[in-house]
Amino acid sequence: MADAVQTWLPGLQISARRSASRGLKQFLRHRSTIAFLMCLPLMIIIAALVIYPAFYSIYLSMLNKAQTRLVGLGNFTFLLSRDVFWMVVQQTAIFALTAVFFKALIGLVTAHLINNLPARGQRKWRGMLLVPWVIPLALSSLAWWWLFDPTHSAFNWIITGLGFHEIPWLSDPYWARFSVILVNVWYGAPFFLIMYLAALKSVPEQLYEAAAIDGANAWQKFRHITLPMMRNIIAITVLFSLIVTFANFDIVQIMTAGGPRNMTHVFATYAFMLGIRSGDLPLGAATSLFMFPILGIAAIFILRGVRKRGREIG
Amino acid sequence: MTMSHPLNAARPTRRSILKSAALGSAAALAAPYVKSTYAAGSLSIGVWDHWVPGANNALTKLCNEWGAKNNCEVKIDYITSQGEKDKLTAAAEAQAGTGHDIMSHRDWNIRIHQSNLEPVDDVISQLIKQYGPISPVAEYLAKFKGSWRGVPTTVGSQVKPCCSRFDLYQQHAGIDLRAMFPADESKWDKANTDKWTWDAYVESAQKLFKAGFPVGLPMGQTSDAVDWVGALFNAYGVVMVDAKDNIKINSDETRQAMEVARKIMEVSPPEVYAWDDAGNNRWLISGKGSGIMNPPSAWAVAKRDNPTVAQNCWTHPTPKGPKGRFVGQLPQFYGIWQFSKNKQAAKDLLLYISQKDAVAQLVAASYGYDLPSFKSMYDLDTWKTVEPPIGTVYGYPPRGDEQTSMAGAPARAEVGAQIYNQAINTVMISKFTQGHEKLDDVIKWAENELEGTLRA
Repeated sequence: MADAVQTWLPGLQISARRSASRGLKQFLRHRSTIAFLMCLPLMIIIAALVIYPAFYSIYLSMLNKAQTRLVGLGNFTFLLSRDVFWMVVQQTAIFALTAVFFKALIGLVTAHLINNLPARGQRKWRGMLLVPWVIPLALSSLAWWWLFDPTHSAFNWIITGLGFHEIPWLSDPYWARFSVILVNVWYGAPFFLIMYLAALKSVPEQLYEAAAIDGANAWQKFRHITLPMMRNIIAITVLFSLIVTFANFDIVQIMTAGGPRNMTHVFATYAFMLGIRSGDLPLGAATSLFMFPILGIAAIFILRGVRKRGREIG
Repeated sequence: MTMSHPLNAARPTRRSILKSAALGSAAALAAPYVKSTYAAGSLSIGVWDHWVPGANNALTKLCNEWGAKNNCEVKIDYITSQGEKDKLTAAAEAQAGTGHDIMSHRDWNIRIHQSNLEPVDDVISQLIKQYGPISPVAEYLAKFKGSWRGVPTTVGSQVKPCCSRFDLYQQHAGIDLRAMFPADESKWDKANTDKWTWDAYVESAQKLFKAGFPVGLPMGQTSDAVDWVGALFNAYGVVMVDAKDNIKINSDETRQAMEVARKIMEVSPPEVYAWDDAGNNRWLISGKGSGIMNPPSAWAVAKRDNPTVAQNCWTHPTPKGPKGRFVGQLPQFYGIWQFSKNKQAAKDLLLYISQKDAVAQLVAASYGYDLPSFKSMYDLDTWKTVEPPIGTVYGYPPRGDEQTSMAGAPARAEVGAQIYNQAINTVMISKFTQGHEKLDDVIKWAENELEGTLRA
């Protein structure tokens, strides 16, 4: 009996192992299952670091100052009644739209210039022009702040050396706005450059050759071939950059902290001032959430355009 | 220097403890601190990272001494205030309900986290018993519904009196600051010190501007700017919001103070509107400026980077106004989080580092920058002996008729925190002087902003 047991038990184990292995293989063969498993870590990270904080900040924005009771949309209606808040809305719009426009323009022009360089030179220029985007923003903002330093600005040293008057880079509100936008453009333009360069490389050369045979000039080639072929990339890049620029914090906080006279505050720095410095976290959360509908609407329109063009091409 | 244990002098007996317990909860608030036994363990502290090089070492040494005596491991994290990282850390710990046992809170932050902090009335009552009255500004900030939520620190607590170039004042404005405020309070002549008014300050600032050495008073939205404007406003009796939530900014006092500020801004470097808390220090150290309102940190750095400037610096009281002489005070506090697992040890450590012997070490390590909240400690040697020149920071602790003040007071502290941190007073002056807005419009704007701070 014992022998019999000894003879049939290993067989059972092997068969069970085979069946388990077959089951696992079948399980893993389901593409959706394996895809889900592979995405799970990312989903957990997003849930913990994006979804939970987002819902928590919505909850926070509906509390009173002492965080002891719910006030519904009270913080939002309060903000709408404040002059400084409307000034911040206006400034954020100026900051983001101006910066994104110039980043896109500079990125497009530079991408064209680089694309027309010989392949060997391209690599060098591509590397150099990406440097602003690679340096941590807090560090580069600090370097810019030194260059614009209110009392010992390196730029002013050169300007006065050339016999001109000093420029109040950070002490005059309008110059301060210019300065923070300039730094944002400097930092963000390489992102556009690299995206546009990739898009340019994907335009089939035959289209340009055909256009050349038809006698098209450079502008006509750009307008009728390059731009239509790049439209989706441009739209997505602008959307991405708008989101990042609307939410910008580092540059303004380091260079002006929102001053002078609150005239360089953007949503994030104003939210920081209300929430962290003044200790009114619910109001700070409400301020930062004001960006959400604005960017949401922009995203819907831009992505709808991208899908439409995608369908047309398809 | 030997250091006596703070509790040796008043170690309670079993009978006295039983007697105290019978006095009930009201008496408990004012009862002296009673050390209880606690198991050896660990204590973590988040402390403001000092500007003055080497000053952190004195606190580390004191904490380690206490730790060794009490068989308790003390872990200290020095957290910079650059970019408000200390405030961010405190906010995160308060929300998360976990973190250090003790956290240092700058100025209004103690008020912001009051509901998450352990009452420390027993520690404070013991300290008051030992050292007498505590600074009214500290009380205004840290006492919540009759209960203290923080122990005023020595480290980082400061006032912002004048730090002036006495050579330039004498040469270009004809004022001998060292004769007016010599390094011995008993020699201060009231008839002479009374001449140091805001009008005299304006007049001397105009002369120094003409001579090419303007005073450097910041007009940004950081604490150095808010504090000197707060002192000016108090000297003229300006009340932004009173303790009963009445908005009082539309007053003759405000108009007078704004006029003084306008005259000062006319003779100030135009970049003051962009200065952060280091801007005025750099201005003085560079040798371009004749005076600032700051703790002795500017002098201490000048001693290293520009000794000629340091040799000619003299710290002295602020100018006097119709309502008195006020100096901006920024105390810091140690708060014990309610989630701390070692509250008793935390209290014992705080009491230990608040003893006069310990305070003397901290003050010496910071070259007089750190200012305890007890007036009885203003006789420490450091302020008399540091140099150059000898006596240069003697006038740093408030002496004579100088009173400490806080911009935003006497409004409820929750309201005051908003007024202070949103820098409503300096924005008013910037709008009036840099933005050339009409004074009535500026006051109307301030009324609207102040109304916003009253939000429940």
